[in-house]
Amino acid sequence: MKEISYSEAIRETIRYEMKRDDKVLLFGEDVTIGVFGVTKGLLEEFGPNRVIDTPISEEAIAGTAVGVAATGLRPIAEIMFMDFIGLAIDPIINQAAKMKYMFGGKITLPIVFRCAAGAGIQAAGQHSQSLESWFTHTPGIKVVYPSTPQDAIGLYLSAIRDDNPVLVIEHKLLYAVKGEVEDEFNAIPLGIADIKKEGDDVTLVATGAMVYKALRVAEELEKENISVEVYDPRTLFPFDKDRLFESITKTNKVVIVTEENKRGAFSAEIAALIAEEAFDYLDAPIVRLGAINTPVPFSKVLEEYYLPGTEDIKKAIKSVL
Amino acid sequence: MDITNNDFIHMYKIMVRIRNFEENVVELFAQGKLAGFVHCYIGEEAVATGVCQNLNKNDVITSTHRGHGHLIAKGGITKYMMAELFGKQTGYCKGKGGSMHIADTSRGILGANGIVGAGMPIAVGAALSFKYQKTEQVAVSFFGDGASNRGSFHEALNMASVWDLPVIFVCENNMYGEFTAQNRHQKINNISDRAASYGMVGLSVDGNDIFAVYEAAFEAIKKARQGGGPTIIECKTYRFKGHFEGDPQEYRTKEELATWKKKDPIIRVKEYLIHNKIADINSLKNIEKEMEEEMSESVHFAENSPDPLPKSALEDVYTDLVEEERL
Repeated sequence: MKEISYSEAIRETIRYEMKRDDKVLLFGEDVTIGVFGVTKGLLEEFGPNRVIDTPISEEAIAGTAVGVAATGLRPIAEIMFMDFIGLAIDPIINQAAKMKYMFGGKITLPIVFRCAAGAGIQAAGQHSQSLESWFTHTPGIKVVYPSTPQDAIGLYLSAIRDDNPVLVIEHKLLYAVKGEVEDEFNAIPLGIADIKKEGDDVTLVATGAMVYKALRVAEELEKENISVEVYDPRTLFPFDKDRLFESITKTNKVVIVTEENKRGAFSAEIAALIAEEAFDYLDAPIVRLGAINTPVPFSKVLEEYYLPGTEDIKKAIKSVL
Repeated sequence: MDITNNDFIHMYKIMVRIRNFEENVVELFAQGKLAGFVHCYIGEEAVATGVCQNLNKNDVITSTHRGHGHLIAKGGITKYMMAELFGKQTGYCKGKGGSMHIADTSRGILGANGIVGAGMPIAVGAALSFKYQKTEQVAVSFFGDGASNRGSFHEALNMASVWDLPVIFVCENNMYGEFTAQNRHQKINNISDRAASYGMVGLSVDGNDIFAVYEAAFEAIKKARQGGGPTIIECKTYRFKGHFEGDPQEYRTKEELATWKKKDPIIRVKEYLIHNKIADINSLKNIEKEMEEEMSESVHFAENSPDPLPKSALEDVYTDLVEEERL
């Protein structure tokens, strides 16, 4: 075991895959340096034919990825901030995600789209969003959201090796977070959740940076003899509902916390799945926490108010006990 | 440029195949046997044919919503195309795509496309792939005058140019972006003028003259294969049918259509072949008859093919997952 950051975990995994498979290319805006430094150093190792800075042209970045993948390579295309993905929505949603189906299965598009999401660095309304529900809503693309360095390694390995378009959401607040990782690079299959902490009284579903808030709450509530099980889906689609229902069967209560604007969030899909398929195990209503339904504000005070906080999570948990 | 008599005759055959396929489509649509949106290429056959005559099987194209001609010119099999238009299990896309989404990656056809302008970045990606893999393959992106106003045009052409990619942008300027005449949707007459702003060579040719198209494509493709980068070829042409089947065409006059019909690219090439004694009228008639028979067989194949199984709708979204049933 060794300790590395989430950012290093992503870089080392991309490096590992690029060394293993010369079909893997990386391109996007300023990737040779990286606005968060995630892909820094890869140019020196793999050269400008494989690590490519693009013009500021998100639609062409994503569309290019489709053409690169359709002709036998395995592109990793970076959309620098998830907020910019609106500029690339057609090639992702109408091309990459639909081509296989529209062509009767007769094309394979192994693409990783990666992007930095999430609030917490006062980057305001156009550099902080969590838009995962746009993509979990769309058939034809898998959606991955690692929260720890170990998960970043395992999920990135699977994403790069997957023969389908995969969107990997990275939370920008997590880049500096360190964690223990195995010495070997081992894949984590897409669609397998992780129980980040076991507990008996309530299942707390959390994604991305919210996993850390969930773990802090779980630790603090231990002192009050409340035992919280923290469930991190890690992959939003395919979603590991079996593991979630197993947890709910034990706790009979569930709170879901994500960083999305709550209205129409992916957390609503999780809640609906539970209500439809695990209703009999519930002893209390499902509680969902998200960001308030506003754009992400700039001021530190406003941004903190915008995001679900540990006190909100505690209050929600206590409401179902 | 080495063009043989056989090349001329082959191109005639391809053009007749496209025309015949679509004339059948028009009739079947009018009879209510075909549904959905069907956009016909009739009148523009010289463009796809003249360009694709210069391509190898492993070169790729991206097509448009008006894609039948491109697909046939790149080697698409008409009976599988027809079956797809009928929504049958034997169609190219097993009934999941229809006219606007036919693809055949084994022949380098990266798909017709229902989104105007979406093919250009995809072709750039294919070209990036060829450059990286050091092959001599090229990518051709067909698009219309309407698509030249999309942001994807700007992004794709700039990217292709700055990276010197082996891609040819073939603009089929048929004078209308959907229902809107070119002079009402852009200030310029020659879309090839835009090439200069990308540091790219651009030229405009008579898109109803197959030899002009062939020659322009020959030079651009040769240059691209040798690492000389991208080119825009604007082919001035005209669609004899509406934007889609059923379009009442209120935006243009019968006189305008009649003027262009006099420049029918198939009649022009036929006259050329006969006048220059490259082919006699009987051999061309044999080609026409052969194509008529091929289309009859294609329609017969399509009409007699089974519908897809309803539950097959759940398949082909992913390589490794089948979607869940409703309940």
